[in-house]
Amino acid sequence: MHDILLASFTLADSLPFSLQGWGDNLLAGLGKTVTIALGAFALGLLIGLLGALGKLYGPSPLVWFLEFYTTIIRAVPELVLILLLYYAGTDLLNRTLESFGYRPLDISGISAGIAVLGIVMGAYATEVMRAAIKAVPPGQMEAGKAYGMSAFQILRRVTLPAMLPFAIPGLANLWLIVTKDTALLAVVGFEELASVTRQAAGTTRNYLFFFCVAAVMYLCLTLVSNMIIRRLEAYYRRGQKPLEHS
Amino acid sequence: MAASSKKPAAKSGGSKPSSGAGKSDQGKSLLPEAVQVSDLHKSFGSLEVLKGVSMTAREGDVVSMIGSSGSGKSTFLRCINLLEKPSKGEISIGGEAFRFKRGPGNELEPADKKQVQRLRSSLGMVFQNFNLWQHMTVLENVMEAPVQVLGLTKAEARDQAKEILERVGMADKHDAYPGFLSGGQQQRAAIARALAMEPKVMLFDEPTSALDPELVGEVLKVIRSLAEEGRTMILVTHEMKFARDVSSHVMYLHQGMVEEEGPPKKVFYEPVSERCREFVKSIH
Repeated sequence: MHDILLASFTLADSLPFSLQGWGDNLLAGLGKTVTIALGAFALGLLIGLLGALGKLYGPSPLVWFLEFYTTIIRAVPELVLILLLYYAGTDLLNRTLESFGYRPLDISGISAGIAVLGIVMGAYATEVMRAAIKAVPPGQMEAGKAYGMSAFQILRRVTLPAMLPFAIPGLANLWLIVTKDTALLAVVGFEELASVTRQAAGTTRNYLFFFCVAAVMYLCLTLVSNMIIRRLEAYYRRGQKPLEHS
Repeated sequence: MAASSKKPAAKSGGSKPSSGAGKSDQGKSLLPEAVQVSDLHKSFGSLEVLKGVSMTAREGDVVSMIGSSGSGKSTFLRCINLLEKPSKGEISIGGEAFRFKRGPGNELEPADKKQVQRLRSSLGMVFQNFNLWQHMTVLENVMEAPVQVLGLTKAEARDQAKEILERVGMADKHDAYPGFLSGGQQQRAAIARALAMEPKVMLFDEPTSALDPELVGEVLKVIRSLAEEGRTMILVTHEMKFARDVSSHVMYLHQGMVEEEGPPKKVFYEPVSERCREFVKSIH
């Protein structure tokens, strides 16, 4: 009991955010983690929406391409994909640019991280949104047609808002996964929360402490996310009757 | 109950299945054609659901289509606004024919999307399953198409929507979501949504078939009041007595063809077809 008290005092001493001098670095790492997660998730949503629409309404070559994309991405471990897309992807991009006579780009770690995780998220989001759109009763879209709405109006005003109640649980899951997948970017030397934590732990030899701090930070991120997700879900399910418990 | 007797006398000319497309070949005492369909065919794969059905609805007509399930009456109605693409035939709304082209599989396809949207916006469709937009309130449902399609401002659409909802007895349900309403309330809201487009013609696809028996009356009452206003309506229904009372013209479909048609008195009381006599006898 005494030990625990003592330990918590030492913990309290090192807070707020001095954390033996590593507090700022850890917070900066968390900031990058959140930035990448947000960016990758936004990109994933965009790819997912276009992918879902392409799979459902696109011409067959596009459907095959999307099928290939979602299958490959979902089959290969994310770590391998990150290494592959990060090294091979930037290399391929720069070779292509050079062959067209452009100067190679110096791709920043953060945009590469967003692109890589965004492409991975996009594959999963495609499947989540495809299923969600299919779950919308066809009569909803048909009503739009019957009153002379254009395909784009139906998509924007009917299909998308109507599919969200079905998509949000799956997309929320993806968001939580992407916040943690950012840790995989540590392997390509990106200084997000996990890699900063490893540095801090390695330098100070306080492994347990720093990894616990990092774990708590990830946990806080999840708890805050859950709060927002719950509100979003309540808003987008507003037209649906709550399930009755029998 | 005597709604049909209020109809203009011009109605008696009602429907001439094989009449030409032009307006001028009819007598001039007749009102203009609101909907004209000639020789409509529709196949789903190898199954031919409509085998050449024609219909003319003049302004103010109430045309009821009756027949057993699978007779093609709903498919016919859904072809009028191209929710189903016909395999063959012509459809005109207010004298303007839908333009078609041949698709890759030689099936008919609308040639001009804008035209389809424009003509659809003049047809107020009411579905069997209401199809109200679940994520919008009743008021938003009624405002949606006038704002998006007709370009009304939100304020205009709101005023108009409130007025129409009042008329169908839904004034106290503006802010309710459809999922929380009874079937009868949903269908009345759906009728309001269709009316908000100020359509030339109302299309009803079995509007009471999905309702509990005790809710049928409130919906029929609204439809009857529209008929009495002199609105042009095409109604697919299983409510025989209602069809008899409100219609100016009744068509009995059997296996994708018109088996019997004419004024309600003729179809319900003096049908030529034995099958039709059998079908309508529940009314006596």
